[in-house]
Amino acid sequence: METVKLYGAWPSPYSCRVIWALKLKGIPFEYIEEDLYNKSPQLLQYNPVYNKIPVLVHGGRPICESMVILEYLDEKWPQQPLLPTDPYERAEARFWVKFAEDKGLSIRMIYRTEGEKQEKARRDALEMLTILEEHGLNGKKKFFGGDNINIVDIAFGWIAHWMGVIEEITGVKLVEGNKFPLLKAWMHNFKEVSLINENLPNREKMVAFFRTRRSLILSAAWHPDFGFISRR
Amino acid sequence: MMRRRRRRMTTRLPTTCSLPITTTEPRPDSGLITSTRNQELPPMAETLTLLDYWPSMFGMRCRIALREKDIKFEYQEQDLWSKSPLLLEMNPIYKKIPVLIHNGKPICESLIIVEYIDETWKGKAPLLPSDPYERAQARFWADYVDKKIYEGGRNVWSTTGEDQGEAKKEYIERLKVLEGVLGDKPFFGGDSFGFTDIALIPYYSWFYSYEICANFSIEAECPKLISWAKRCMEKESVSESLPDPEKIYMLLLELKKKAGK
Repeated sequence: METVKLYGAWPSPYSCRVIWALKLKGIPFEYIEEDLYNKSPQLLQYNPVYNKIPVLVHGGRPICESMVILEYLDEKWPQQPLLPTDPYERAEARFWVKFAEDKGLSIRMIYRTEGEKQEKARRDALEMLTILEEHGLNGKKKFFGGDNINIVDIAFGWIAHWMGVIEEITGVKLVEGNKFPLLKAWMHNFKEVSLINENLPNREKMVAFFRTRRSLILSAAWHPDFGFISRR
Repeated sequence: MMRRRRRRMTTRLPTTCSLPITTTEPRPDSGLITSTRNQELPPMAETLTLLDYWPSMFGMRCRIALREKDIKFEYQEQDLWSKSPLLLEMNPIYKKIPVLIHNGKPICESLIIVEYIDETWKGKAPLLPSDPYERAQARFWADYVDKKIYEGGRNVWSTTGEDQGEAKKEYIERLKVLEGVLGDKPFFGGDSFGFTDIALIPYYSWFYSYEICANFSIEAECPKLISWAKRCMEKESVSESLPDPEKIYMLLLELKKKAGK
């Protein structure tokens, strides 16, 4: 069997998505930790377009972008399917995956900004969470995938663990009090899944890492596409 | 029964585009054709409607995919300044076109619609390659087009002066990346027209507008990409789905005037 390698970074939710999918399907892989402040020549060679993790390398051939990787894994290793078989249900699942990608940026922006920009990001994030609660989770069973997690649960996984870290670091509360009961239940259920629970980065380490990174982002030259300009 | 002659989309447009567009009646080139071309006939009582807006690159992708597979569909022009109850009902989250409504059920987001079309009507003209690695590459580059080409183009026509200079430079760089990926292949998918080609070719109808607004020639900078575009335009599914670039430019002028630019 051709070797599977994953270039990832421990604090990254995108990296975790691929780890969760690989473990769910029981695919053996070699994990290579990347230093986000000092990227390896291999990573830059495998992902010349974005220079980002995660990158899956299968039999020497790279696949980039976490959700593209997940669809690839689902097609090569059909056990424990991530997507439904019915075309309409697949389209629905892909819609929510795209929603997670496009609208999830608002929560990241809370972390990357301050002042007015952060306030706008907070409003966008609340709108996103409301849509998720009312349209995405309404009428669903335990998970987006029914009784078991699927590609949509994995795509939203960062909400279950990373959103709390962002709330703590920035002091901007999104899910509080009695708001978003369905979302809270989903977050709890998601983290209870043993393969997820066993593959989440340590929360304290995350708080320290992201707190430092946030001060760097706010103080230094930082580009949304290229990261820290001096490191490009 | 009289055979309805299929007309090119461009001949139906008025010579001056006055906004907002209010018609929602099916356009004559909507695919309700009675030609003798080999057509995939849907099962009894199947309905297929595309909610669209004529200059939308995203809408064009869906038109191309449906036509590639010879699928009958009803085209419904939408007024984006006064959105119809149907659009708001079918896409309550984004309230945007395109929306494909298949037997009453909506599918939103253009690339998701294209994949849905490919998976539902498997018989003819596969839009994605069969090999999973090639499929991943097709999805990666279609995603690149979404991330880099839409906003890049908008920056070119909507800015001025130094900002526009920067936007032009950036846009050409991004197109050159795609040109590099294309290489010497006839299409992004290799010998066959496919997913990445469908994702990108609608922008060809907007190139004229970018060139006029920013005073440059995309062909001079990316000749191979323009050869590829002209090759795509030889396909009926593409030429019938892309509007006249001059009509798009006139629309852009109107939009700019309304925005006070």
